[in-house]
Amino acid sequence: MVKENGNSDQHGRTLSLRLRVWRQNRGQPGHFEEHFLAAVPETASFLEMMDMLNEQLIREGKDTFAFDHDCREGICGMCSMTINGMPHGPLPGVTTCQLHMRNFRDGETITVEPWRARAFPVLKDLAVDRSAFDKVIQSGGFITVRTGSAPEANHTLVPKQVADEAMDAAECIGCGACVASCKNGSAMLFVGAKINHLNILPQGQPERERRTLAMVKTMDEAGFGNCTNYGECQAHCPKSITLDVIAKLNRDYLRARVKEFFSSTGKPSKGGE
Amino acid sequence: MKLESKIPTGPLADKWNNHKAKLRLVNPANRRKYHIIVVGSGLAGSAAAASFAEMGYEVSCFCYQDSPRRAHSIAAQGGINAAKNYQNDGDSVRRLFLDTIKGGDYRAREANVYRLAQVSTSIIDQCVAQGVPFAREYGGLLANRSFGGAQVSRTFYARGQTGQQLLLGAYSALSRQIGAGTVKMYARHEMLDLVLVDGQAKGIVTRNLVNGEIKAWASDVVVLCTGGYGNVFYLSTNAQGCNVTATFRAHRRGAGFANPCYTQIHPTCIPVHGEDQSKLTLMSESLRNDGRVWVPKDKADCGKPASEIPEDRRDYFLERKYPSYGNLAPRDISSRAAKEVCDEGRGVGQMVDGKRLGVYLDFSAAINRLGESAIRERYGNLFDMYENITGENAYRQPMRIFPAVHYTMGGLWVDYNLQSNIPGLFVGGEANFSDHGANRLGASALMQGLADGYFVLPYTVTDYLAGVGLSGRPSVDRPEFKAAVKEVQDRTQWFLQNKGTRSARSYHKELGKIVWEKCGMARDKAGLQQAIKDLEALRADFWKNVRVVGSGEQLAPELERAGRVADFLDFGIMMCLDALSREESCGGHFRTEYQDSGEAKRNDDQFAHAAVWEWQGENKHPVRHIEPLVYEEVQFTTRSYK
Repeated sequence: MVKENGNSDQHGRTLSLRLRVWRQNRGQPGHFEEHFLAAVPETASFLEMMDMLNEQLIREGKDTFAFDHDCREGICGMCSMTINGMPHGPLPGVTTCQLHMRNFRDGETITVEPWRARAFPVLKDLAVDRSAFDKVIQSGGFITVRTGSAPEANHTLVPKQVADEAMDAAECIGCGACVASCKNGSAMLFVGAKINHLNILPQGQPERERRTLAMVKTMDEAGFGNCTNYGECQAHCPKSITLDVIAKLNRDYLRARVKEFFSSTGKPSKGGE
Repeated sequence: MKLESKIPTGPLADKWNNHKAKLRLVNPANRRKYHIIVVGSGLAGSAAAASFAEMGYEVSCFCYQDSPRRAHSIAAQGGINAAKNYQNDGDSVRRLFLDTIKGGDYRAREANVYRLAQVSTSIIDQCVAQGVPFAREYGGLLANRSFGGAQVSRTFYARGQTGQQLLLGAYSALSRQIGAGTVKMYARHEMLDLVLVDGQAKGIVTRNLVNGEIKAWASDVVVLCTGGYGNVFYLSTNAQGCNVTATFRAHRRGAGFANPCYTQIHPTCIPVHGEDQSKLTLMSESLRNDGRVWVPKDKADCGKPASEIPEDRRDYFLERKYPSYGNLAPRDISSRAAKEVCDEGRGVGQMVDGKRLGVYLDFSAAINRLGESAIRERYGNLFDMYENITGENAYRQPMRIFPAVHYTMGGLWVDYNLQSNIPGLFVGGEANFSDHGANRLGASALMQGLADGYFVLPYTVTDYLAGVGLSGRPSVDRPEFKAAVKEVQDRTQWFLQNKGTRSARSYHKELGKIVWEKCGMARDKAGLQQAIKDLEALRADFWKNVRVVGSGEQLAPELERAGRVADFLDFGIMMCLDALSREESCGGHFRTEYQDSGEAKRNDDQFAHAAVWEWQGENKHPVRHIEPLVYEEVQFTTRSYK
């Protein structure tokens, strides 16, 4: 796919596409709509192709397709399209906004759907409600530190290897492709990534068990399914988060439950947490 | 318009501490009786909302994205500055302050910048405690790098995703408060008006983007952290949703808008590839540490592949013009130098509109010196991103880069307390104007956002609240709120019912082209006057012919876009007026009439001030006011990076 030089004066090839795009209003059943779009430059991103489709619809006086997108550089996690059955499309390790049309063939039929998961209801067309992810974070995905109460930064030593491992997990952009790709609609990759990021750092130790139990509980209540090791989440994660984080989440969860069980002194609770 | 900067008296180094000691406090038991509205959930907004809630206030936070974690602070790549001097290379609060003032070409407020440098060290402490995984040395201590033209290593970073990690830190603090019920979060809500009661900011009007509900919210104070206006250029490195609407609506209600002509053009972005492009992608400035910038000496070579141009026919123009800083010259200077060589016809890459707008960023020397694996380790993710977007492998051939709009230094005018000229309206982060002058140094935006949010606003907003007392927030049944809601409803209905022919995006593109051509990297009087005429014509056409599809009760991206473009059109005119009236060159504002053989020529006698614009009504030009910039400790010098 790599061209030998970028100096050609031609604008490269263009594509004509048959698009099957999901159309749905909030709270109503949805269906596919078919549209033809010509002269799509191969240098365009997938979302720019969708912009072109929407501009065509406006010219025809029809409603556009709503879809979520913002930074268009692969980091905000807002874009969310299932393209030909694959969340974020066919390329590994990229978000929809970083998928370019040179990866498609002229004359191809492309099917575009929203994330499909019970915990992510469709708001309109291709946009879904992912607030369940926020709820999981709100229940424990943090280290409690009040503004102004932090100690001098270099008082806490963090071995480079630990910092790197935390960073590997912290790269998660919270897009939800893991949930959308999973037959069970499980959020274990997302939750595992956040738990790994915080639970291995020295700063994260005081709340380690509490965090793990709370986040798993919220995850279950939000309607996400369980993990049965399909591994689709890892295959579709645009940030290449691996299944390791799920294994470590399970370990930390077990550890937290055991500690919870044995930590009771038998003394009646005096309130507080 | 009354512009009192409220800079505390006393020596520069003591101003903030003395001022803090005098600021009034609110009794902890009373704090929950005050309601604070924070608009925006980026670094400044999230940090401020979380800090207010920790103090005990009742907080409501609004953002247009589906989650506060999406705010565009997340896209910052390079790092965050702090005067920790961990590297023992002579850094200090004073040096960071001086670098920032000089970098801003002496157009920032001295006392604000000093405070920024002072609190920078606390930011790093705070973020580390939150679990931000900054890069570390093998011994476990924090690592630093030199960044964006600084001669000390004071930049903290988390791979190429520092903004993401800092925002997730602030988001986690905010989430903790949302979970605790002390912050009410309203995602997918866009602020469409500011409500004043008796001259004080007492609430906002929002549109719920999911169901179209237009609603008024009352509070004791309003804090805007809604980012910059870079998207006035249509193509920029900003996120698609970034807009000027919140700050511009406040401006229409009387808030002064300061220095709108100060825009930063970032030198290392991927060049434009075609008409349907929606966004320009930044490649981290850190690439300039190991890449060498060049173009062919001879126009005739520009169409050839880089490999066919021998060493002696290459012009390493940054190294030639700025020998001591070379490829690391500051952003405005590097950008302008790239524009110059392209204007001479020596640009490289694809022809777009009959021009080649790109220069090479070449890693071959670094790869020969350090090996490909070392370069891969440093910049692997950036090279992958480049290949993904352009289809080219930058290990084998030079990258092509070109400047793009990246950050806006102008913003709502604020005093030392970050309060606008409307009492009760505070502004933080990129949305205000105060700290970067006419040009921002690399790794300073994250620093300012978090400084405002964590360490300035909590003190100054408290002082304001102590002053207004427990008079109670106004009821949303007051006529001021009803009138504001009605105005927003009318405008929304107008858009939905107008029988136009052109999409809002097409207007936005045209607007972007006008301001990029006439008010971009280089500006002149005739061009700016023409731009103002063109924009007025475009605005008139927009209000006749814009077509908005969709309904008011569902997600309606076209309706959102139309409202934002409408404000950008008004704003673009103001930006050109500001550029026209600033008859000097400084930082990111380069007037071709005012230069010394290509270098910006400031006029400190006449323009050492902030220009603050006051709204005069629909289709009228705003009026210019000034706040003189008084330098107590810093001497004006000519910026030289030669």
